[in-house]
Amino acid sequence: MRKISIDKLDLLFAEIAKTAKLYLPVDTAAGAKYEEWAEGKTLSNALNTVRSPKDFFFPQTENLVDFKMEGKTIEIIDTREECEDFVIFGVRACDVKSFEVLDRVFLAEPVDTYYKNRRDHGVIVSMACTRPAETCFCKTFGIDAAAPEGDIVCHKTADALYLDAKTEKGEAILSAVSALTEDTDTTAVDEQKKLIAERLEKLPLKDLSASDFGAGKTDEFFNAPEWKELSETCLGCGTCTFVCPTCQCYDIKDFNTGHGVKRFRCWDSCMYSDFTRMAHGNSRNSQLERFRQRFMHKLVYYPTNNDGLYSCVGCGRCISKCPINMNIVKVMKKLGGKKNG
Amino acid sequence: MQEITRDILVNRACELLSNGTVDRVLGWKAGEFAYDVTPALFRSCEELTEGFVWNDFCGANFSKYLVKETGKSEAKVLVFLKSCDTYSFNQLLTEHRFDREKVYVIGVPCNGMLDPKLLKDKAEGILSVTDNGKTVEIETLYDGTVTVDRAELLPDRCVNCKSKKHVAYDELLGEDGETVESARFDEVARLEKMSADERFEFWQNELSRCIRCNACRDVCPACTCEKCVFDNPNSALENKAPANEFEEKMFHIIRAFHVAGRCTDCGECSRVCPQSIPLHLLNRKFIKDIDSFYGDYQAGAEVGSRAPIVNYTTEDLEPSEAVERGDE
Repeated sequence: MRKISIDKLDLLFAEIAKTAKLYLPVDTAAGAKYEEWAEGKTLSNALNTVRSPKDFFFPQTENLVDFKMEGKTIEIIDTREECEDFVIFGVRACDVKSFEVLDRVFLAEPVDTYYKNRRDHGVIVSMACTRPAETCFCKTFGIDAAAPEGDIVCHKTADALYLDAKTEKGEAILSAVSALTEDTDTTAVDEQKKLIAERLEKLPLKDLSASDFGAGKTDEFFNAPEWKELSETCLGCGTCTFVCPTCQCYDIKDFNTGHGVKRFRCWDSCMYSDFTRMAHGNSRNSQLERFRQRFMHKLVYYPTNNDGLYSCVGCGRCISKCPINMNIVKVMKKLGGKKNG
Repeated sequence: MQEITRDILVNRACELLSNGTVDRVLGWKAGEFAYDVTPALFRSCEELTEGFVWNDFCGANFSKYLVKETGKSEAKVLVFLKSCDTYSFNQLLTEHRFDREKVYVIGVPCNGMLDPKLLKDKAEGILSVTDNGKTVEIETLYDGTVTVDRAELLPDRCVNCKSKKHVAYDELLGEDGETVESARFDEVARLEKMSADERFEFWQNELSRCIRCNACRDVCPACTCEKCVFDNPNSALENKAPANEFEEKMFHIIRAFHVAGRCTDCGECSRVCPQSIPLHLLNRKFIKDIDSFYGDYQAGAEVGSRAPIVNYTTEDLEPSEAVERGDE
């Protein structure tokens, strides 16, 4: 484990930025957001960025291919380029876990080469959460806010940043900045982990359980009468899906350039009335069905197809951002039987 | 003056349910925390007693829900409306969007609703919120009890409240207020004074954060088209995400044009925006212009009023004059 004094963070960022593009959460008037590091930008202490870091691997819009027409010929232009290396600094445990959820979708056969390109070139530097919020419930999904995954795992104390490389990618970064850091034992980090564990036990959502849901539970929940009440005042907007770090549905569209086509994909939302619209029409005609789809996907369908892994990581963004304050916690408590009573 | 408490609202709703005046109640339901109040339908006194909440976080404007709700049943629905909500209610009636006879309105007094975003700027790990009138006490996980001036937690729409007067109700709890002189156009005036480039930069910065979740549109009481042009695959305008930054501005500016003269300035668009974009400023610009070009007009102040921009009179401003003023 390596250590760097907190007043040398700028030097650390400058050194990392020499080897790769460095992104880190910074505070803005509209909340924390990831920005490329530059002299003078400081690391935010916010727990969540407003937009999740899924943007780095699965951007909201992305050009897939261009078609250029000249007379009767159509030229097909592959717009893919090998991505440059980049580092995402300060990713929280929940968001790091969301990359595994996305990987299982995009890296399964047939591999999504657009996603893989960025994933291969991205280095994740995670950060333990010392002050989890009342809206946090990562523990429900087996995530430890004190010990995030990632290529490098960081713990920040009042006077130092502790860095622990977990992968080859992480080792490479740490060796590039070794002149700035010093070797250290794990005492301070162990203390912090203990403090975080105590704090996690005081969170209001600490007892929320997902164990009633999971693989193979479709029949148990699909026709539950509670969906009506839960979805009754849903506006059908896409806020929950767009701030969610694990929502991964997209649509592919053609943009008419006048002399060809730009084919792009963009995030889609199961909350939208035209989601998965086909020649016969829409498969889910009511907001109840759309609402149910989102939560069944997170809690039942995804685990069914992915060895029991839930596709919620408990980051709490939907709790903060839903215009009507409906969210997965309320759904789990309503449907999840006695455990969440 | 008697304080209008949660129990008074629940008791009155229970009476109206039991005497058959209404068969369901549109109200606010308590959540996990003080601030995550959800609009909900209550069908019995038991449900109301268990879950109904009336606190500082009942910001949601229920008027738009009535379009869908009145179509579901012949029986009346009870709705609680704050003064600002009643303007949206009247505007929807003006546009014949629902049947007035199917709604029973109880006007409720409002001292300004608190903004959860501002609350979270002031305190981390919020466990409870207690309103002491002038101050608000926030019990937190890590910093003990934090005390904040209530005024600091009010969103712009409440700081600049335009009216404490309920313009529609069947009965009113508490005493009615009056319309209020507010500074709500000050920020618009500030933007007007900017150069075109500065103003472009301001909006570029704000609107570039848009994630196109459509929450502003979906919550807006003036946006009640059954099929929005932006959701219609046959409109050639349908887009789930912007192809470029220009499209993003198009969406918001087109929406502002579409609700011009009908927007009551309820502020729901800015309340729900997950990216904290001050969308209400676009609408206020239109309201300010309408006021200065045609004389003061408040959408929703009365049922059946015609917005100046859809009501031709021979004294109307010539378009060229409006353009000239815009150049000033």
